[in-house]
Amino acid sequence: MKPVAPPCFDEMHTADGVVRPAFADYCQWYEAQDRSGLRRKQGEAEGFFRNTGITFNVYGDADGEERLIPFDMVPRIITAAEWRLLSRGIEQRVRALNAFHHDLYHRQEIVRAGRFPARLLQGNAAFLANMVGFTPPGGVYTHIVGIDLVRTGPEEFMVLEDNARTPSGVSYMLENRETMMAMFPELFTRIRVRPVSDYPRRLARSLAACAPDIADRPRGNRPVVAVLTPGIFNSAYFEHAFLADQMGAELVEGSDLRVIGGRVAMRTTRGYEPIDVLYRRVDDDYLDPLSFNPESKLGVPGIMDIYRAGRITIANAPGTGIADDKAVYSFMPEIVEFYTGEKPILKNVPTFRCSEPDSLAYVLDNLAELVVKEVHGSGGYGMLIGPTSSRKELEAFRAKLKAKPGNYIAQPTLALSTMPVFTKAGFAPRHVDLRPFVLVSPAGIEITPGGLTRVALKKGSLVVNSSQGGGTKDSWVLAD
Amino acid sequence: MLGRTANGVFWMCRYLERAENTARLVEAGFRMAMTRGTIASEEEWRSVVITTGQQRLYAQHNGTYTGIQVWNFILRDKHNPNSVLNMIEAARSNARGVRTALTREVWEATNEAWMNLRAMLARPVRESGLGEVLAAIRRHATLVRGAMDGTMLRNDNFNFARVGTFVERADNTARILDVKYYVLLPSLAYVGSSLDHVQWETVLRSVSGERAYRWLNAGVMDPRGIAEFLILDGRFPRSLAFCYAKLSSNLGGLARQYGSEAQSQDLLRRLSTRFEESDIARIFDSGLHEFITRFIAGNQQLAQAIADDYRFTE
Repeated sequence: MKPVAPPCFDEMHTADGVVRPAFADYCQWYEAQDRSGLRRKQGEAEGFFRNTGITFNVYGDADGEERLIPFDMVPRIITAAEWRLLSRGIEQRVRALNAFHHDLYHRQEIVRAGRFPARLLQGNAAFLANMVGFTPPGGVYTHIVGIDLVRTGPEEFMVLEDNARTPSGVSYMLENRETMMAMFPELFTRIRVRPVSDYPRRLARSLAACAPDIADRPRGNRPVVAVLTPGIFNSAYFEHAFLADQMGAELVEGSDLRVIGGRVAMRTTRGYEPIDVLYRRVDDDYLDPLSFNPESKLGVPGIMDIYRAGRITIANAPGTGIADDKAVYSFMPEIVEFYTGEKPILKNVPTFRCSEPDSLAYVLDNLAELVVKEVHGSGGYGMLIGPTSSRKELEAFRAKLKAKPGNYIAQPTLALSTMPVFTKAGFAPRHVDLRPFVLVSPAGIEITPGGLTRVALKKGSLVVNSSQGGGTKDSWVLAD
Repeated sequence: MLGRTANGVFWMCRYLERAENTARLVEAGFRMAMTRGTIASEEEWRSVVITTGQQRLYAQHNGTYTGIQVWNFILRDKHNPNSVLNMIEAARSNARGVRTALTREVWEATNEAWMNLRAMLARPVRESGLGEVLAAIRRHATLVRGAMDGTMLRNDNFNFARVGTFVERADNTARILDVKYYVLLPSLAYVGSSLDHVQWETVLRSVSGERAYRWLNAGVMDPRGIAEFLILDGRFPRSLAFCYAKLSSNLGGLARQYGSEAQSQDLLRRLSTRFEESDIARIFDSGLHEFITRFIAGNQQLAQAIADDYRFTE
């Protein structure tokens, strides 16, 4: 029996229930599989993740200290042509993001040209005064970027969010692939999928290429890269350890670091050793208690002074959180055009800025049809999905909107594309998004083919965030 | 490598070693108690609690020393911060903190140990299930050690792990010997009775040494011989001499890699002479208990000196 086509765009099936060409080989293989065998494999995958310790911590959850992100074994497949389009669009967007940050912290040409409102910077905690007038080593601000894409039609890819601060999830991209290759090796001999496994090597190379210019460096002049983690209780600790391990870099905590002799150095068994590039997975606010939150134990007192003296690279640069701001996001089409001189290849989701009275009025009138998000929110927390909310929830949110309109944006509820997930009853369509990972260095921009596909496991749900019960899939980009 | 990482692998191995030795201790106690009347077996269980150094805490929560109370207290009691369950949690938590210093196999073995033992120790352990639990603790510790041996690079990282193992093992063997001697030798009149033989076998069993000792001594149990075996026999992997020979080689490895000796190595040499230049007669003459007390203190000093030399903490 053919599955019933859902009302929105399905990645695998056309509206008539016919398998799309990209999935033909996969589906042929799938039909030949024994279902109970596949169910066993699903259990195997979970055991694999649990043994490996690929877990994440959910904040505010007392009993579930470490949880697995559910993994679905039906791969999301992207054709070579689709990927060409996406990667051109992503590269353009990331180039613009980097130029935008440089401009904001220097002459603010975009504000002077009247294309971006200064009010979005005023009083914005993500805009850091001590970055003004300073250029990071190599001129790179956003070393690692995750662009969240959603799809609503055959050619309709849109950017839902830019993650220019500290995007996470890349370890799942890598481990999902490893798991799939271990479970279904025959699929990879049958279908030519572009590899993702060299991401850590590329990341190491890309970070090293952003190292500050330091003359007398030991270790044969090879820059020392370290990953800064808040520690084992952080929700993404597994990923921090995984990336450090794969890069052959030290995984450091704030307590391992101090400023010595004009450098940031880590306490090794042989004494303090200077670090050239710090890939930090600690938020700006906690990075330096002398410059930011004085209570922070996660950072390094004085690191900002060393940074501004050009003696260490911090990736991503402090102050890049500005691009994660959802009100700033709404200007991305302008931003892309301003810095690249080109029309944006990837569209934005239409966004109402509630700070603007007309938009606010519209949003309040149509709340039940819209998705409302906090401008500084992330992880799917603190948002409203109009169509699935109760009247009480709508009213509560209406009050919040009226009290602080500038704190919110609203978007139409998108018919996100679906992908089948494997259930006891066979395939069932669920909504998905895609987060490709991008590396930026003076040597160029590199995009790993694929990324992390997140999937809302609850039927009909549009929220894919792992903190809200979302799962992940392996994402395949087909070779040409 | 980071000082914090050295500290992490050191403690990970100490906790695993301690968990394993504690399981062995309980196993020996269990075996002993089975062959005794109620009073004697309570005495046996009390000595097990004393060996773990938890008698005060135990007494706060329990009035008697029945087997089921003692082993549940040692294995999993939430009032006991040094329960085996907590040791395994601590080992795994340290391993997680130094994830990048471990091979995938070592991490997975440690993580599996934690997952399985946590499940096994989620509920009180009954008499019928005790053997299985104790075997699982020993097996998991063995698996981690095997994964280390088979997959880890022989660098500073590995040496710190081994230093943790042997510092802990030496401490545990010394404690077992000390307590058992107190319990077993209220007076020398006991020596030679048939009861005594079983008792002495328990000491050896607590360190998995009964088979080796029998083989070496044609089955003759002799208190001096056993003390000599556990202190001075460099062939037996849980003897003090063996642990200190290993420590010497691991600290030597660190000195070679780092190009200079640390102060802890001097201390180790001084401590080692205590049994290198001694024999069992002299140890008994000057008092076994005094010897062991000095040894345990010296061992603690050594651990601290290593932590200082290699900047385990700031």
